Amino acid sequence: MSRIAARFAALRREGRAGLIPFVEACDPDRATTEALLAGFPAAGADLIEIGMPFTDPMADGPTIQRAGQRGLKGGATLGVTLDIVRGFRAKDDATPIVLMGYYNPILAYGVARFCADAATAGVDGLIVVDLPPEEAEELAVPAGGAKLDLIRLVAPTTHDDRLKAVLTGAGGFVYYVSITGITGTRTATEEHLAQAIPRVRAATSLPVAVGFGVRTPEHAAAVARHADAAVVASALIDTIAANLDEAGKLKPGTVETVLDQVRALAAGVRGARVGRAA
Amino acid sequence: MTKPLPNSLRTGPDERGHFGIFGGRYVAETLMPLILEVERAYEEAKRDPAFDAEFRRLLAHYVGRPSPLWFAERLTAQLGGAQVWFKRDELNHTGAHKINNCIGQILLAKRMGKTRIIAETGAGQHGVATATVCALFGLPCTIYMGATDVARQSPNVFRMKLLGAEVKPVTSGAATLKDAMNEALRDWVANVADTYYLIGTVAGPHPYPAMVRDFQSVIGTEAKAQLDAAVGRLPDVCIAAIGGGSNAMGLFHPFLDDASVRLVGVEAAGHGLDSGQHAASLSRGRPGVLHGNRTYLLQDEHGQILEAHSISAGLDYPGVGPEHAWLHELGRVEYVAVTDAEALEAFQLCTRTEGIIPALEPAHALAQVMKMAPGMDRDAIILMNLCGRGDKDIFTVAEALGVKL
Repeated sequence: MSRIAARFAALRREGRAGLIPFVEACDPDRATTEALLAGFPAAGADLIEIGMPFTDPMADGPTIQRAGQRGLKGGATLGVTLDIVRGFRAKDDATPIVLMGYYNPILAYGVARFCADAATAGVDGLIVVDLPPEEAEELAVPAGGAKLDLIRLVAPTTHDDRLKAVLTGAGGFVYYVSITGITGTRTATEEHLAQAIPRVRAATSLPVAVGFGVRTPEHAAAVARHADAAVVASALIDTIAANLDEAGKLKPGTVETVLDQVRALAAGVRGARVGRAA
Repeated sequence: MTKPLPNSLRTGPDERGHFGIFGGRYVAETLMPLILEVERAYEEAKRDPAFDAEFRRLLAHYVGRPSPLWFAERLTAQLGGAQVWFKRDELNHTGAHKINNCIGQILLAKRMGKTRIIAETGAGQHGVATATVCALFGLPCTIYMGATDVARQSPNVFRMKLLGAEVKPVTSGAATLKDAMNEALRDWVANVADTYYLIGTVAGPHPYPAMVRDFQSVIGTEAKAQLDAAVGRLPDVCIAAIGGGSNAMGLFHPFLDDASVRLVGVEAAGHGLDSGQHAASLSRGRPGVLHGNRTYLLQDEHGQILEAHSISAGLDYPGVGPEHAWLHELGRVEYVAVTDAEALEAFQLCTRTEGIIPALEPAHALAQVMKMAPGMDRDAIILMNLCGRGDKDIFTVAEALGVKL
């Protein structure tokens, strides 16, 4: 069983949803990313998502755009990102890691070589934002060969008649983009989730994670009442962005602040189904 | 380059929007259903004679088509070789070829029931053309423009505002055209229900490259008929400037299957192809994926997009339309590059010998004409797309020539 499948199976046994914190690689430097990753599991992260910076992230709002620019300045390349994962994996063989990014850096690295290297480094899944199922075959084949899950995005605009095509070949979990918009700008209502998540579940047996606009423990709890995991990105990145000194270095203590935030979000997720779940 | 050519080069793209390996639809899932909707609507519109009739009516009576075909006799004499003919799309309403496409797409947006228009612009020509058709049709529009470009193209910013457009300066990334396109895509994702994205060049996700080409093909279709009426034959060479490549695609497409016609696309070499400061994606880029399509891009070894440079803001884009990438790999179109300095020289020559102030974009095409014409027979014919007028560029040119206005 893959790490992702094993983790969601364990969450199901616990009767709760999971928390997936997001960190942009090398924002603002490699050491920060490594420290955050090392601290995430104990702070309550069930899976971890790492952003692969790109100059032109067209689905991302200002917060993640700037994180990407800092990441690139901080030396992020796909090679460095995989190195970071390798370092994490040496100490944690259980927490699934998913890489999220755009297709062009993967093309430049070489699609087959990237899949092989990512799997060897200990990556479990890939989310490629600008690679819809219609264009995904070129990545899906080598990813499958390397036993990497290709995680598909479903949006509020994805009609029922399209859902099936989108979810054919999907692996790991389904990433439900809970708003029509870019990352970090709006938050879906619980009513929307209550209506949307069953629609996705009807089309797949995979776990469903919800991202875009999940910022607070309350949002995370609302997501946890309906979905299998909540992805939190912009809210954590905002904390990094607010704690940079004039040279762009992270102020001391910030990693701990972000981990406290993760602890609070994890508490939100873990408390969500009390009195409801088995 | 030795691959056999398909029977016709005019039938692309395939049903998924691919020109060979190029093109396609590389967008976030939120946009996919919308892009499929645009494609369906466009396919229906293409089959509707009323749509075409309305497009033709507006081109004739609002844009002023057909644009003239002009034999540049004094320039020809000066160059001492091939005859140089200009397709004068600079005489269109708003002063460039951009309006052809805007007319087509605004009709499509209306047909789709969209009530808000967004667009990106670099130099501001497409922004002005979009603001113009939005004024004509009474639709609100928002134009995304890199903050750097807002500063260097202030007359066009004012024009757009006069026309009723909201101009949003984009400060993300490098604050130029590619970032304006990113921002327009972000707006579209957030406003899928009521908004139509009016892309200005033959790039972006399918169906835009094919659709914009179809609307711009009026240029080549007219020129072919006009030249036939004037001299009874095809040109020997067609030349056009390439940023995203819409004016070139519009000129070339009707000639793609005429094997005797050489087609030459001119990219911006900026300070020189080896200077690191140019916009020559085909000459110096590599295939990749950006802004919804696979094409040649200026990028570093890690696949990060590089900034383009050209004295012409309209050519200042690190990508190129996917059909050009395909024609480049097939070898059907030759792609060359011309520097800022060569374009400036051509700009001045055209102004003084023909009494036409060209935009800096077609000045690049003209610089290539100046290189080729002298070595050709006097009965040979070069057809060049004079795709825009140069009023917008006089400040840039003055600065480059060290003249204080």
